[in-house]
Amino acid sequence: MARWGMVIDLDRCTGCQACVVACKAENNVPVVSPAQAQAGRLMLWMTVIPEVEGEFPRVRARFTPRPCMQCENPPCVKVCPVQAMMKSPEGIVSHVFARCIGCRFCVQACPYGVTYFNWQAPVWPADLREALNPDFSVRPTGVVEMCDFCHHRLQHAREMARVDEREVRGEGEYVPACVQACPAGALIFGDLEDSTTAASRLAHSPRAYRLLEDLGTAPKVYYLKEG
Amino acid sequence: MAGPVHTQDSEDAVLFAPVLGTTRRFWLGATPLLAMTLWGMYAYTLQLRYGLGVTGLNRPVAWGIYIINFVFFIGISHAGTLISAILRLCKAEWRRPITRAAEAITVLVLFFGLGSIIMDLGRPDRLFYVLQYGRLQSPLLWDVTSITTYLTGSALYLYLPLIPDLALVRDRATGWRRTLYTFLALGWRGTTGQRRRLERGIAVMAVMVIPIAVSVHTVVSWVFSMTLQPMWKSTIFGPYFVTGAIFSGIAALIISMAAVRRAYHLENYLKPVHFNSLSLLLLAMSLLWFYFTFAEHLTAYYGGELAEAIVLFAKVAGRWAPAFWAMAVLNFVIPVAILANGRTRTVAGSVVASASVVVGMWLERYLIVVPTLANPRLPYERGFYAPSWVEVSITAGAVSFFVLLYMVFTKLFPIISIWEVREGREGLVEAQERMVSYLPGPVAPVTPVTPTGRR
Repeated sequence: MARWGMVIDLDRCTGCQACVVACKAENNVPVVSPAQAQAGRLMLWMTVIPEVEGEFPRVRARFTPRPCMQCENPPCVKVCPVQAMMKSPEGIVSHVFARCIGCRFCVQACPYGVTYFNWQAPVWPADLREALNPDFSVRPTGVVEMCDFCHHRLQHAREMARVDEREVRGEGEYVPACVQACPAGALIFGDLEDSTTAASRLAHSPRAYRLLEDLGTAPKVYYLKEG
Repeated sequence: MAGPVHTQDSEDAVLFAPVLGTTRRFWLGATPLLAMTLWGMYAYTLQLRYGLGVTGLNRPVAWGIYIINFVFFIGISHAGTLISAILRLCKAEWRRPITRAAEAITVLVLFFGLGSIIMDLGRPDRLFYVLQYGRLQSPLLWDVTSITTYLTGSALYLYLPLIPDLALVRDRATGWRRTLYTFLALGWRGTTGQRRRLERGIAVMAVMVIPIAVSVHTVVSWVFSMTLQPMWKSTIFGPYFVTGAIFSGIAALIISMAAVRRAYHLENYLKPVHFNSLSLLLLAMSLLWFYFTFAEHLTAYYGGELAEAIVLFAKVAGRWAPAFWAMAVLNFVIPVAILANGRTRTVAGSVVASASVVVGMWLERYLIVVPTLANPRLPYERGFYAPSWVEVSITAGAVSFFVLLYMVFTKLFPIISIWEVREGREGLVEAQERMVSYLPGPVAPVTPVTPTGRR
């Protein structure tokens, strides 16, 4: 069975935020008012974290795209009291909005801070409402949501593959929206078990590392250090 | 001396008075509490309507005052059942007038502990999913299980010793009250068989309730320590929380005893000696609390792991330093200064120390929840949290509602266990015999004490 994972090449990331916008559009992630964003309620399943290191003139900027780490050993799934947060047999961590009771235990448990809570019912400006993605649900108030590697795209790819009576290919047929949108090719997606895919090859690169690896969460998102 | 029944009735009349009649002072006290309660309920309807957006919660501080109150209220609940059960099992004679006041706190405050969790839910309408789809692997389910067990156990433990008193009140009450007490007293007539069964029941519950109470606050602490968050992932959280719970519980008990004593003129029952004994317990818990707090912070400091050090320094020297040092003063400096000195360990002194501890322990819960969440492991997000007026109103409403319920309890049921006080009087010989049995032999013959010098 496939083990889907993502490799993020920090050398290639320009910080353009195309991935952030693609993610918001694909997954109907609510927009919040500037005041709410100031209050710390911005919702970005995929976000680009800017970091500035050092002092002028030895200064250096780094952009770190941050989706859900899709842990093999996800702390959020462990603590969920109602099995709303779950890991599929293929290892994709996703969240059942209709089951969530909004206790936010998963938010506390995730050391990467990738879970988002709907503090209020989403308000869509008219033009955005018309652009909502029909392939994915919108969420009510009071539930948690987070990146699930565009799981609905995997389901779509699997149905297409079933027509030909085969499995989804390890590369190319199923990519999350952020990966598809990245103009610099900094996001690479594929089956980590399949040694022929670029994602699997790069995940074994000596430049590869994972966030907070020592916690034992075993993320399926790999970063490639800047060379 | 006249017949013993007559003497006792005139003696204990002051214990029946609050149940049999209501003064204007009661309504004067209850009205503002009721107003505050209604205001808190109004604030909660706003939260139900607009979602948790009306709170001050945010990223990364997604748990706030409701979770703090949850830990705090469950902590206060350790006043009753645990202290009363330990004192009963040790046959501490001075427990007799204080057990009921303690047990009532436990049962009433537990509803607010559970209520705080429900207030914190984003989807309270889906509350029953916890029963329907509950996963026992989640610490939240451990909480639900242990708190409901605790609530059932301590309600039973409150009810059993209440039965003989209900019968006493039944025989004096009229109207709907008489119907109520007749129903609740379960046909108690005080026969030897009934007494034996009751005493066995109380003894069994006292033994069972102690491990349940200890487990409850341990499990509450596990909600935090099962995560990977800095300064939450701590093995001493269980005993640390239990200690804090008993600590704040005793303080709440002292305050409620002083209030009841004053309101219902019970100076003859709740004597300085009771406050003195509880104050010494409070003093011991204060020292124990300091020990745990010191150990917890020293290990975080000495290891110096980056994520923990950031939280620690935010607490002791950063944004939360005022709250942290206020907590140290309120929980340790003030109570120890007052209670370690025999001259200040008076009724008034113990109430001041207790008020300080109750506030200090709330701050302790705040300092456990918020600084850790505001400083997560990954350095990209730093936050702060200030409760909104809605959260403050709901909290004030909850506290008022609790006090109000406690007041109503004292009007419905004798707040001092009348039959146990009487049993204590009648059992002077037995107590003396028991004391003699502790002493090295040969045992001198017991001369019965006449209860003449009692008053």
